[in-house]
Amino acid sequence: MTQILAVIDGSIYSTSVCDHAAWIAQRLHLSVEVVHVLGRRDVSSQPTNLSGSIGLGARTELLDELAELDASRARLAQKRGRAILEDAKERLNADGVTEVATRLRHGEIVETVQDFETDAEVIVIGKRGEAADFNTLHLGSNLERIVRSTHKPIFVASREFKPIKRFLLAFDGGNSATLAVERLAALPQFADLTCHLLYVGNASTELQRQLEGAQATLQQAGFTVAAEVVPGQAEAVIADKVESDHIDLLVMGAYGHSRIRNLIIGSTTTHMLQLCRVPVILFR
Amino acid sequence: MNTNFWSRLHSEWLGNIRGDILAGLVVALALIPEAIAFSIIAGVDPKVGLYASFSIAVIVAITGGRPGMISAATAATAVLMVTLVREYGLEYLLAATVLAGLMQIVAGLLKLGAIMRFVSKSVMTGFVNALAILIFLAQVPELINVPYVTYVMVLAGLGIIYLFPLLTKTIPSPLVCIVGLSALAIWLNLDLRTVGDMGDLPDSLPIFLLPQIPLTLETLLIILPYSAAVAAVGLLESLMTASIVDELTDTRSNKNRECIGQGIANTATGFIGGMAGCAMIGQSIINVKSGGRGRLSTLCAGGFLLLMIVFLGEWVRQIPMAALVAIMIMVSVGTFNWSSIKDLKEHPKSSSIVMLATVTVVVATHNLAIGVFVGVLLSGIFFAYKISQIFRVTSTLSEDETARIYLIEGQLFFASVDDFTEAFDFKEALDKVTIDVSHAHIWDISSVAAVDMVVLKFRREGAEVEIVGMNEASETIVDKLGIHDEPGAIERLLGH
Repeated sequence: MTQILAVIDGSIYSTSVCDHAAWIAQRLHLSVEVVHVLGRRDVSSQPTNLSGSIGLGARTELLDELAELDASRARLAQKRGRAILEDAKERLNADGVTEVATRLRHGEIVETVQDFETDAEVIVIGKRGEAADFNTLHLGSNLERIVRSTHKPIFVASREFKPIKRFLLAFDGGNSATLAVERLAALPQFADLTCHLLYVGNASTELQRQLEGAQATLQQAGFTVAAEVVPGQAEAVIADKVESDHIDLLVMGAYGHSRIRNLIIGSTTTHMLQLCRVPVILFR
Repeated sequence: MNTNFWSRLHSEWLGNIRGDILAGLVVALALIPEAIAFSIIAGVDPKVGLYASFSIAVIVAITGGRPGMISAATAATAVLMVTLVREYGLEYLLAATVLAGLMQIVAGLLKLGAIMRFVSKSVMTGFVNALAILIFLAQVPELINVPYVTYVMVLAGLGIIYLFPLLTKTIPSPLVCIVGLSALAIWLNLDLRTVGDMGDLPDSLPIFLLPQIPLTLETLLIILPYSAAVAAVGLLESLMTASIVDELTDTRSNKNRECIGQGIANTATGFIGGMAGCAMIGQSIINVKSGGRGRLSTLCAGGFLLLMIVFLGEWVRQIPMAALVAIMIMVSVGTFNWSSIKDLKEHPKSSSIVMLATVTVVVATHNLAIGVFVGVLLSGIFFAYKISQIFRVTSTLSEDETARIYLIEGQLFFASVDDFTEAFDFKEALDKVTIDVSHAHIWDISSVAAVDMVVLKFRREGAEVEIVGMNEASETIVDKLGIHDEPGAIERLLGH
C-alpha cells in the first residue's frame, strides 16, 4: 500500500511535518506512517573517570556501569519517542487524517528511512533537526544524506505550515526536473495550484522547446502554468522569485552533482533549501 | 554505500571530540611507563618501545578496524623477542617487526580473522591471565637485589595509584604516582635506578631507516619464527581486545580490517626503529573508561605520547624505576581475570583444564602463541569427546533368531568409531544382519572405514549384511555442508 512517510524528531519542525503530511494525505487519500528514530547513542556527555587506573575486575565493572547508563538513557529516549509520536498522531488526526501508523525505531536515520521507504509515495521531513536549531541558516545534517540515499520524492517542510496556492518549478532541463514535471502531471489532485515554470539562464532553442513541452504537459494535466526564462544566477533568481511572486512551494530536482564537487563549490540544492523559507519538494 | 561511508568516517573520527582528546591524554600518560617497561622486557633501549607506541597508535588509529581501541608496544609481543635481541641484536628485531607486519597484512587479506571463532572463552581467559602473569614476572628483576627503599617506593606508588582516585577522578593516578615518586626521589636524593639508567630515550622525532641486516636466506630463517609468533600473538591479542571493546561499547568492529591495520602499523614501525606491538587490553579499557570512543582517541594517545617524550625527555629520564614497577603491577592486576579463579569451581572441568593449560604453557614458554595453540587444541579434543557421546546402538533379534537389526543413532566420526565397533556382537551366529544408519551422521572417512570393517567381519562369520540409509547418513561427510540453502535441509540432517 502506498503511503506517506513522515520522519520526525521532536524538534519544532515536527508539527509542521505533520501538517504538510496531512495536506498531501488529504489530497491523495493516502495513509500516513510517522517514524521517529532513536539515533546512535550519544556518548559525549557521559560521566567520565580520568583516573587511568584499573583494579580488580575492572572490565566487568566498566561493562556493568556502561550497560546501566545506556539502559537508563534508552528507556528515557523511548519514553520521549513515544510521546513525540503520540503528539504527531494527535496532530494528524486534528488535521483530518484518520489512517495514521506510528513507528519507533532504533538505529541510524538514513538506514531506517531506507528500510521504510519502499511503500512510501513521498517522504516528508523537516528542514532542520533537533540539533541544528541554533542557527536558522544551518541545514539538518541528516537531510542531505537522506535525500542522497533515496529515490523517492522528498517533501522538505518549512518551519510552519501555510496554505499552498502557488508553486514554482525550477526547470533546468535535467533528468530530475523532467521527472518532476512528469510526476506532477500525473497528480491531478494538485491541479488547482498555480504553477510557475522557471528557467534561469540563457535558454538555447533546445531548452526553450523543452520548457514549452513541460508547460504543455502540465497544462494538459489541468494546471495553470506560467513559463518564464530569467537570465542570471540560479540561486539568487529563484530566491527572488519565491519572495516577489508569493510562492508557497518550490519544486526542483535534487543533488545533480557529486559530493566532491559540492565540497568545493557547494550544492545548488543545499543553497536553495537554505535561502527559501518555503517548503521544497525534491525529485531525484 | 557512498553516503554511509562519509557519515561513518565522520562519526568514527569526530563523533566524540572532547571525550576522545581527554581520554587520549590519559592513555598517553599511561602508555609512557608501559612502553618503557616493555622495551626493558625485550632488552632494548626505551626509545625503541616509545617510538613503536607512537607510530603504532597513530597508524592503527587510521587503518584499524576498531575505533577506540589502543594499540602500542605490548608485553605480549615484547616477551617473544627477548632471545632474538639477546642473540642477534636490535637490527634483527626491526627486520622481524617488518616481516611480522607483512604477515599480518596477508592474514587480513586472506580474511583469517574468522579463525578467531575457534578460540574459545576459556582459551581467551587463559591468554589474558597468562599475559597478566608475564607482565608481573617481568617486574621481578626490578624487585630482587635492590635497596630496601625500592620496596617502600613501590608500595607508596601502589598506594597512590589505588587510593588517589578516591580523592579525585579528574587526574590520572598513575601520573600522580610518577610525578610524586620522582619528586620524592630527587628531593631526598635517593639511590634508585631511574629510566635514564635503562638506555637511550628519544631525543628527536623518529626518522625512516632500513634495518641494517644482511638480506640473505639465513637472516630470513633467523627472524621467521619470531615474526610468525609476533604476527600470531599480535593478531590474537588485537582481535580479542577488539571483542572486549565491542562488548563494552555495544558497537561492532571490522576484524579483517583490524588485521590489515595492525600489519601496516607494524611494517611501518619497523622502518622507523620501533618494535612490534598490537592492541592492549588494559589501555583499551582505560581509554573506554576515560570516555574515549572514536579513532581520534587512539591518534591523540600516540601524538601526545611523542610530544611528551620529545619535550619532557630530561624529566622522563629521572623517573625512578620503582614508579614504573608500581604502574606495571597495577596493569597486571587489572588485566588478570580474577573471577576466573572463582569460576574454576563452577565451570565444567574441561573448560578449567583448557584455561589452566593455556596459562601454564605460556608461563613456561613465554610464548602466548604456543599457549593459545595448546588451548585451542585441547578444547577441540574435549569438544570431539563430548560430541562422540551423542551416539547409541540398539538392536533387535528377529523371532526365528536368525536375523538381527542394528539401529545406529547419533554422531559417527573418528572419536566414536571405537564405541561403534564394540557395539556389535560378532560371535552371534546369524543368517542376516541389517545395519540401519539412516538415523546416524557419518562425518568422516574413519567412520566409513569402520562401517566397512563391521560389514566385512559379519560376512566372515557367514552372515549376509545389508546397510540401510547409508546415502542419507553420509551426506554430512563433505567438508562443507552446501545444502543449507535448500528448504528443509537442516530438518533432514537433524531428523535422521
